[in-house]
Amino acid sequence: MSQLAEKKNFFRKEKTWREKMEALIPGFLLLCGLLSVLTTVGIVFTLIKETASFFAEVPFVDFITGTKWTALFSEDQREFGILPLLIGSLQITLGAAVVAVPLGIGSAIYLSEYAPERIRRVIKPVLEVLAGIPTIVFGYFGVTFVTPLLRDFFPDMDFFNALSASIVVGIMILPMIASLSEDAMRSVPRNIREAAYGLGSTRLEVSLKVVLPAALSGIVASFVLALSRAVGETMAVTIIAGSTPSMSFSYLESIQTMTAFMVQASTGDISYHSLPYYSIYAVGATLFVITLTMNLLALYISRRYKEEY
Amino acid sequence: MAAEELMSKHKTALNHERAFDEERKIASRVKQRRGRNRLAHGLFFLATLVGVLVLAVLLFDIFQRGWSYVTADFMNNFASRFPSRAGIKGALWGSIWLIAITAPLTFIIGVGAAIYLEEYAKKGWISTLIQVNISNLAGVPSIVFGMLGLTIFVQILALKKSVLAGGLTLTLLILPVVIVAAREAIASVPNSLRHASLAMGATRWQTIQKVVLPYALPGIMTGTILALSRAIGETAPLIMVGAATFLAFTPGSVFDEFSALPIQIYNWVAQPKEEFSNLAAAGIIVLLVILLTMNGLAIFLRNKFQR
Repeated sequence: MSQLAEKKNFFRKEKTWREKMEALIPGFLLLCGLLSVLTTVGIVFTLIKETASFFAEVPFVDFITGTKWTALFSEDQREFGILPLLIGSLQITLGAAVVAVPLGIGSAIYLSEYAPERIRRVIKPVLEVLAGIPTIVFGYFGVTFVTPLLRDFFPDMDFFNALSASIVVGIMILPMIASLSEDAMRSVPRNIREAAYGLGSTRLEVSLKVVLPAALSGIVASFVLALSRAVGETMAVTIIAGSTPSMSFSYLESIQTMTAFMVQASTGDISYHSLPYYSIYAVGATLFVITLTMNLLALYISRRYKEEY
Repeated sequence: MAAEELMSKHKTALNHERAFDEERKIASRVKQRRGRNRLAHGLFFLATLVGVLVLAVLLFDIFQRGWSYVTADFMNNFASRFPSRAGIKGALWGSIWLIAITAPLTFIIGVGAAIYLEEYAKKGWISTLIQVNISNLAGVPSIVFGMLGLTIFVQILALKKSVLAGGLTLTLLILPVVIVAAREAIASVPNSLRHASLAMGATRWQTIQKVVLPYALPGIMTGTILALSRAIGETAPLIMVGAATFLAFTPGSVFDEFSALPIQIYNWVAQPKEEFSNLAAAGIIVLLVILLTMNGLAIFLRNKFQR
């Protein structure tokens, strides 16, 4: 019996210490990878847990249909209707889109179709630096430069206002749209362009009628991704747009976005496990759901409508 | 006979005239199309310039306001109610502590995850799950990571408002970026090198350790440094975790309270006094100098080791 076992193992080498240790490595590396899954689980768990405590006291319907947000007022005056915050975020996102979409697509077409190589090599890094400027710096720039400038044109505009914030957020997401759209346009195969040029098209016609339609899925996805970033933008909006939840949809008045409320609430001294504290999580969960939906939408658009060559 | 000839001559002349007319029309249309192209070229160029111009104005505005405030006192003083005595020592050291915690953690975990996905993972639901997760996390607003840090690190793990809680939160925040960059760098290592190493009898890990990683290291470093420079500028997650705005000491251990450069800047921006606004500009200059140094280092690494 033991002889048989010995025979079976005749060709099998005893594992060295090194080999035994190495067998552990993939496990450790897998753990590193799984940490990202754990992070997602942690985020969802966190939001659900604290938001559940919130909805134990505030009815869900009041939360999504209420038109007044006074979470940080004294206890008898508190109202938790998220609509004003949602409208604030929507305002900033729309305003940022008006600024960033035309400029972004213009830059993308220029960089991908028109620019000579040496100009591209200068402008691309500059846009990268712009994309790397911290949002707090944009916030400072907004209140010290953009807002005073705008007040020359609109004298009765509030000092904290949605217009200035929209423009600044638009500038912030501009490099993202420009570079993602440019990537999409550059991945359109050369021979399609050559065919259009061969038929006598101008550069503009090639750009708008050939390259743009072919890259449309990537371009639209870049819009959605950038706008999702605008929804989640925090510091610039907090500093520039103010902290007055408002249903008015006016760009010249002070407003408050979801993110700005979260900052305001956490810089004030509210105690852990109070209703205002839970309301931060309820707003955060709303924000998370919105941005996640937008990111998944962008992924879907770029996969579903991708042109294959 | 003559009449017929005359007719045909007349026809040719008519045809010529028509052709000429057509040609003129085409010429004018081509001109129009070219003109439109030139106009569009100009507009696209202007659109591109907007970004460049804003960056220039922003930098100029900030340096003009803050440059005279960046002094030795400013670097060596702690936060103060009096603008003339306020400095960024606490915030600067807080940021250094944060990076000292975040850098090694993101490097080890990020590269580990990237090696797993590129070298070990078989196509299957686990690697798909991890990949989908990473791309989703990259799009989650940073303030949501702050809430995660507040609940998990500050409260459940009872780290309080410590620099460790802040560093761990930032680690989770930039991890997706590092993993993506490290994966790209590892994927760019030619397979022939791996095969050569394995053919010489090296084990899988020896190949990774001695062949793949050294080759991919510049790319990994570039990605990590860029991600860290993003972490240094992050404000919102640190506010959620509870970074202090008014500290008169630097952290002595990872369990101490902390401030950070962007937090201090935010605090000054929020003050009504004009001097504080200029101090904020000075703080931003310090922050930008650190960021630009890190970006420069990343670009230098990329260019020096580019193959």
